[in-house]
Amino acid sequence: MPKNEIAASAFTAKRINISKGWYKFSRNPLSVLGLTVLIIIVLAAVLAPYITPYPEHAGPYTNFRESSLPPSLKHFFGTDTVGRDVFSRVIFGYRFSLLLAAVVITLSVPPGILLGLVAGYTRRKWLEVGIMRITDIFLAVPPLVLALAVTAMLSPKLLNQMMAISLMWWPWYCRLVYSVTSSLRHEYFVHDAELTGVGRGFILTRAILPNCVGPILTKITLDMGFVIILGASLSFIGLGVQPPKPGLGTMVADGAKRLPAEWWMAVFPALAIMLVILSFNLIGDGLRDMFAVEEI
Amino acid sequence: MLKYIGLRLIHSLFVLFGLSILIFFIARIMPGDPARVALGPLATEEQVQKLREEMHLDKPFPVQYYFWLRSVLHGDLGKSLYTKRPIIKDLNEYLPATLELVFTSFLISLVFGQVSGVLSGYFKNTWFDGLSRLVAYIGVATPSFAVAIFLLLIFSHILGFIPAVGRISIIMKPPPRVTGFLILDGMIAGQFKVALNGLKHIILPAFSLAVAHIAQEGRVTRSSIVDNMQKDYVAAHIVHGIPTKSVIFKYLLKPSLIPTVSIMGLDFAFIIANAFLVELVFMWPGFARYAVTVMLNKDLNAIVAVVLIIGAVFAVVNLIVDIVVSFLDPRIRLQRRGG
Repeated sequence: MPKNEIAASAFTAKRINISKGWYKFSRNPLSVLGLTVLIIIVLAAVLAPYITPYPEHAGPYTNFRESSLPPSLKHFFGTDTVGRDVFSRVIFGYRFSLLLAAVVITLSVPPGILLGLVAGYTRRKWLEVGIMRITDIFLAVPPLVLALAVTAMLSPKLLNQMMAISLMWWPWYCRLVYSVTSSLRHEYFVHDAELTGVGRGFILTRAILPNCVGPILTKITLDMGFVIILGASLSFIGLGVQPPKPGLGTMVADGAKRLPAEWWMAVFPALAIMLVILSFNLIGDGLRDMFAVEEI
Repeated sequence: MLKYIGLRLIHSLFVLFGLSILIFFIARIMPGDPARVALGPLATEEQVQKLREEMHLDKPFPVQYYFWLRSVLHGDLGKSLYTKRPIIKDLNEYLPATLELVFTSFLISLVFGQVSGVLSGYFKNTWFDGLSRLVAYIGVATPSFAVAIFLLLIFSHILGFIPAVGRISIIMKPPPRVTGFLILDGMIAGQFKVALNGLKHIILPAFSLAVAHIAQEGRVTRSSIVDNMQKDYVAAHIVHGIPTKSVIFKYLLKPSLIPTVSIMGLDFAFIIANAFLVELVFMWPGFARYAVTVMLNKDLNAIVAVVLIIGAVFAVVNLIVDIVVSFLDPRIRLQRRGG
């Protein structure tokens, strides 16, 4: 049964890749460091209500007797103008950043992959050209600008921010998958699969898609960091997480008004953003090396 | 070559046309009545009705788009609902400041990126290479507004030798406007003090925008230098006894520049986008700050115009980048001539 053979070969190949891949990934100490830091951040964000010293400070809490305190053992990152613990708020802020990145990736990757596969595989020239020109239009303006415009026209809150960024993000995946698909389109294994008479869906998902997994996964990890920057930027302008909720970008924007005397209010949330993006980038580099070696 | 430029131009126009439909469509399907939003809750129903007719909001979408496109092609981007002025006037006032900032920052990222790239490619795997890799990792991971805040804190507040905000000191009188670029205008008018003052003001914001791109371009240049160094033609030059310095600058740099120049269009786009944030931090009176203001005030006319202008600038830059790349790389140029 050719169908099962193709399926089986794709499946076994994938299984070997995981253990081999991890070996290669773990050879890169920086990537492992990135992964470790990321796991700590995710755990901290998920468990934020239980592990932060002052979980109630993530909301509309005020205590003016402890306002604008510099970093100390009691408040690692100091307190803000209304006496809330910046450290606790940063950990809670990670929740919004990670949620944003996860939602954007979940919403934008599947349609991007689907359209890329279709555009790369179809024999109808108008469909291919049509899809790719539409991606060109979306990529004609930097994502931050279009996301800003859309979020502003809706209304400034996290949900709209997620929708706006997702709307901007699928074309990148469409392009990526399109370039892989159209280069594989005339390979023998695709022709062989066509000759066996299996359906188009089967060819796309079992013969072509597995070849896109490496670049897609690498791009997803790098994009997580990028989406977090974008979200923080929107929040910094005031179009994201709304106060009193602790968005990292919002905290930097509020803290920037208190420079230079009360520097901790802006500097620590900014460092927190850098840390999570850095860890995603390090993981992405590791993945890229891993898949690059795999291809040779 | 001309045919290639022509095709690219048509493609850019098509993309801009598509972008205008996209953004216009998004602006019109938004919940809420743009006329009511513009005039505020205190306006009477008649006033709102009048503006609605002025903006053709009472007609179907394609008709609205037709009227809008017609006036845009006549050079009229409409009236800002927030500043109550023609948008073209606002642009004329604010765009040069942003372009000055963006070009300066582009120049900085070009020079510093190339220098660090060439040096770390040449001194591969030494402390300099390691340091530049570390800086690159951090540079790429830092949002531009965070860079801006760090630079502001260190250079203006702690060291205190660079002014913190604005384009020029308040006590100075700006030079007569020729190009709209303050530093250039200052030099044209012979007021070098003003030009110097403008230069001092632009350094921090320009660097805030450039840091990520210095890092990135540096890495790209480094890897292509390292790649090209192993090529036979470089070995041949060295064997022939040509000094290392001239091998690098004469023969190695040009082909190694190609990947860097190719990513420059994208870099430029990101510098413009990040100007939205950096201008806020440094209170730079530019187009991006204007854009943020109209966005926060839901000024639909101006938002559409802002997106289109940025799309147009981006399209022009990409066109230039493509032409430059084809000049750097004879293979691309010849391929196009043949095809």
